Amino acid sequence: MSTIQRDPDDRVQILDESGHVREDATVPELSDDRLIEMYRDMRLARHLDERAVSLQRQGRMGTYPPMSGQEGAQVGSAYALDDEDWLFPSYREHAAVTVHGMPLARTMLYWMGSEEGGRIPDDVNVFTVAVPIATQLPHATGMAWASKLKGEERAFLCYFGDGATSEGDFHEGLNFAGVFDVPAVFFCNNNQWAISVPRERQTASETLAQKATAYGFEGVQVDGMDPLAVYQVTRDAIEKAKAPGPGELRPTLIEAVQYRFGAHTTADDPSVYRDEDEVEHWKQKDPLPRMETFLRSTGRLDDETADAIEAEIEDRVAETIEEVESIHRPEPAEMFESVYRDMPDRLDEQLRYLQRLREDHGDDALLEG
Amino acid sequence: MASKQQPATAPDPADVSSESLTLVQAVRDGLATEMALDEDVLVMGEDVGKNGGVFRATEGLYDEFGEHRVIDTPLAESGIVGTAIGMAAYGLRPVAEMQFMGFIYPAFDQIVSHAARLRNRSRGRFTCPMVIRAPYGGGIRAPEHHSESTEAFFVHQPGLKVAVPSTPYDAKGLLTSAIRDPDPVLFLEPKLIYRAFRGDVPDESYEIPLGEATIRRTGADVTAYCWGAMAHRTVEAAENLAGEIDVEVVDLRSLSPLDRETIVESFEKTGRAVIVHEAPKTGGLAGEITAMLQEESLLYQEAPIGRVTGFDTPFPLYALEDYYLPEPTRIEEGIRETVEF
Repeated sequence: MSTIQRDPDDRVQILDESGHVREDATVPELSDDRLIEMYRDMRLARHLDERAVSLQRQGRMGTYPPMSGQEGAQVGSAYALDDEDWLFPSYREHAAVTVHGMPLARTMLYWMGSEEGGRIPDDVNVFTVAVPIATQLPHATGMAWASKLKGEERAFLCYFGDGATSEGDFHEGLNFAGVFDVPAVFFCNNNQWAISVPRERQTASETLAQKATAYGFEGVQVDGMDPLAVYQVTRDAIEKAKAPGPGELRPTLIEAVQYRFGAHTTADDPSVYRDEDEVEHWKQKDPLPRMETFLRSTGRLDDETADAIEAEIEDRVAETIEEVESIHRPEPAEMFESVYRDMPDRLDEQLRYLQRLREDHGDDALLEG
Repeated sequence: MASKQQPATAPDPADVSSESLTLVQAVRDGLATEMALDEDVLVMGEDVGKNGGVFRATEGLYDEFGEHRVIDTPLAESGIVGTAIGMAAYGLRPVAEMQFMGFIYPAFDQIVSHAARLRNRSRGRFTCPMVIRAPYGGGIRAPEHHSESTEAFFVHQPGLKVAVPSTPYDAKGLLTSAIRDPDPVLFLEPKLIYRAFRGDVPDESYEIPLGEATIRRTGADVTAYCWGAMAHRTVEAAENLAGEIDVEVVDLRSLSPLDRETIVESFEKTGRAVIVHEAPKTGGLAGEITAMLQEESLLYQEAPIGRVTGFDTPFPLYALEDYYLPEPTRIEEGIRETVEF
């Protein structure tokens, strides 16, 4: 039976909390190399996150939404995509978009407030960051619908949080997906907290996965801190989206149960609204040591490889930071670009006005604000 | 800053028991004071309860007034405003918080189609005495959608009032008026100056009436109209020009309704006007004020009316925001250009 045919409250798990394969579970069909790469990308995510928070503290990055604790859900799900599939992030999926080809430097530039951070390479099937809540769900449904109308066989994976399930766009996106039977997979990173509001205050539903029932398609709950279970569930959903069985609808709602170890963003102080005991409880489920234990206990990972991975990711993050910080300061002209295909006269006039102000007064005078 | 004489309901802080507060503390104080006086007043929104608001504008209110009057809602702006409309129509006085103005749009339909029209549609049978609070504006190095000033969308909507304080004193007094107003009020809080300075705020309750501008600086040569965070930058520009150009600064405080009398009176005295706002130029409120001056005072006009505004671009990510926002140098140049016409 496919993992997504379970009851919405029957949480899928492959690794137990100590990182060993459960007796009733099957390890996904992934090569040893892919499993090692998954682990590497999770480590990369954790290290990137620590560096980003530190850069923010030093004033070298703007407000940043950390993802520590959520690496298993992001990496496990993104590994389930085929290259031709599309990924729709919210604003916290730095690891997922990296797995699907988004250059790390672009992600960092975006959070450093540079317009160039929004530029997604043409050959990367990742949609833009969505800072407003749940607005990306109808977009994913629409793009999946367009792909279906074009006769393609692609899947569209859309991320959002537990808070997003309260927004109208969540309902509308899922409802259209069911009605028009589009190849979309809705991936809810239920990290228990929408800033200070706990999951149980978002909805009186017992699970978020069960909301799928109302839209006529399958919903499944998975241990979002178990990367193997996340991979398997997402892979099953992606395959169904592309080639549904008789009587099956293409969309799936996945609720990945997890926890954000850190703050909502660097502007938030979680100690105001949640207990340290709770954080410690969830840290026992940390996806990184679980994956590492799995790999080591099955003979796939040794100290030498682990050390090499650590050196590799540290170099990669350090090089990326150096790269983005050495890029020239964004030019004011960049804010006038790409507003329309052709710049209207009034914008051209305003740009020339700003350039004249800079010449007459100098940047220091204009930026003293 | 000189101030127009306050109405009898607004006390001079020097005459009464007062506390030195920031603007955001004055908002909190205004909420607490009114909640203590009127048990129908309640606060609702995302993270306003236990967390005390992402800007701490509701700090401590949850402990003081309890979970039924300081309500953490699900993450749903349309739901927050829509249910607040129902509460208001049923006799309560909800103050709904939109976490950032950039996230108000899911509630746009509820605001413009219902909050603003309930009285009109029902011929007065149902009314909507509610406040929607929203931090707005740029300059705090925030992510995308956290910095816009889209007051013009809302000023355009009949049935809705729009107020913007620029001092702690005004924040409390305007918020009190907004809560007591019989119609819905959008209360926009300039988050750039939430903690930029302190001002004396009376402990007692008082009202700054909606629809009354105030003169922040008197002058004879030109009038600069402004509101919110731009009021301070405009006063700074006026001070820099002192000795060269004598600038009168009018802080509108209320964007809907506009204080036609004060706006026109100042223009008829100086004969020149510059309007400063951080919103984009096209379709911004500067155009409306310009039209008002032309309608009322054409024969007093001595120069083209100037506009110093944000650009007609999406608000940039933070690395460029200081180029986007008007600041004293740009404002001074705009004033000089108008005066030297």
